[in-house]
Amino acid sequence: MAKIIVVTSGKGGVGKTTSAAAIATGLALRGNKTIVIDFDVGLRNLDLVMGCERRVVYDLVNVIQGEAGLNQAMIRDKRVDNLFILPASQTRDKDALTSEGIERVLEELNKDFDYILCDSPAGIEQGAQLAMYYADAAVVVTNPEVSSVRDSDRILGLLASKTRRAERGEDPVKEHLLITRYNPARVDDGDMLNLEDIREILAIDLIGLIPESEAVLRASNQGIPVAHDQGSDAGQAYVDTVSRLLGEDVPLRFHEYQKKGLLSRMFGGGRR
Amino acid sequence: MKLLDFLKGERKKSASVAKERLQIIVAHQRSQRDQPDYMPMLERELLEVIRRYVQVDQDAININLDRDEDCSVLELNVTLPRT
Repeated sequence: MAKIIVVTSGKGGVGKTTSAAAIATGLALRGNKTIVIDFDVGLRNLDLVMGCERRVVYDLVNVIQGEAGLNQAMIRDKRVDNLFILPASQTRDKDALTSEGIERVLEELNKDFDYILCDSPAGIEQGAQLAMYYADAAVVVTNPEVSSVRDSDRILGLLASKTRRAERGEDPVKEHLLITRYNPARVDDGDMLNLEDIREILAIDLIGLIPESEAVLRASNQGIPVAHDQGSDAGQAYVDTVSRLLGEDVPLRFHEYQKKGLLSRMFGGGRR
Repeated sequence: MKLLDFLKGERKKSASVAKERLQIIVAHQRSQRDQPDYMPMLERELLEVIRRYVQVDQDAININLDRDEDCSVLELNVTLPRT
């Protein structure tokens, strides 16, 4: 039985795809057979972040409409053995996804996989609702910024009402907060919401905190998920996040501002 | 630091302003979360009807739906202006 996790946020540009790619990579590196599905029909980008954009032949919409089999559309990651990507269509309109079609795909994957990650599109429209509908757990990606926090709260409302678990009256979708682009120096200055404030406002448990990091852009430039860059702060923070998803108790890192000493200021040490 | 803040003319940190604003808007969003979809429309139309007779403010009307086991109660509070 696979666990279905939706990576969602409401607001765009907060790091959903980066996080979905990094978490999927981390889960696979820990020995879990994992597939990550791009639900952003029309604006696919997961393939780029995963570095497999030139290997896309068929996509999720082809599978749903019966034009290709799942095995033809799934792309095996070239770095991690038990990691697969199911890309979104770039050309079709977003109504091409149907609830029944998604259910069929997920049921088929359910037999073979340990984890199914659904990379949600931004917004609260049909695509986002389909990405979350069958989820067992949700990673709500949030930036320390008012519009992102507000949109995350809207998404929490949808998770509590517009999912299969909610409609069937089953155990609710497990909600996890993932704070990204966190800048401890600006928090220290009082110009950025701190993690306690965000957690208090949204009232869900924190699964991880990813610091704002040069490693993230570097990773997407190269098409190598940032979880592979284990020398970087963001890479380590995603690895910690994955451990917590697997039920381990890992202390939080990278949330405190380290004032730079004179030497590191002079020689630029401590940059990652 | 305190002295410096004082000299700069004390200014509330922007993060705490953000937190206060978010607490208010999120509480509002959550109060509407479990409502049926027709509630905002109902509220608007009720306000229109009342305004045909009494001039009340936009926020003078407060509508609330409480659901119990076997019945729901629609509660409507209207603050009328002093005459």
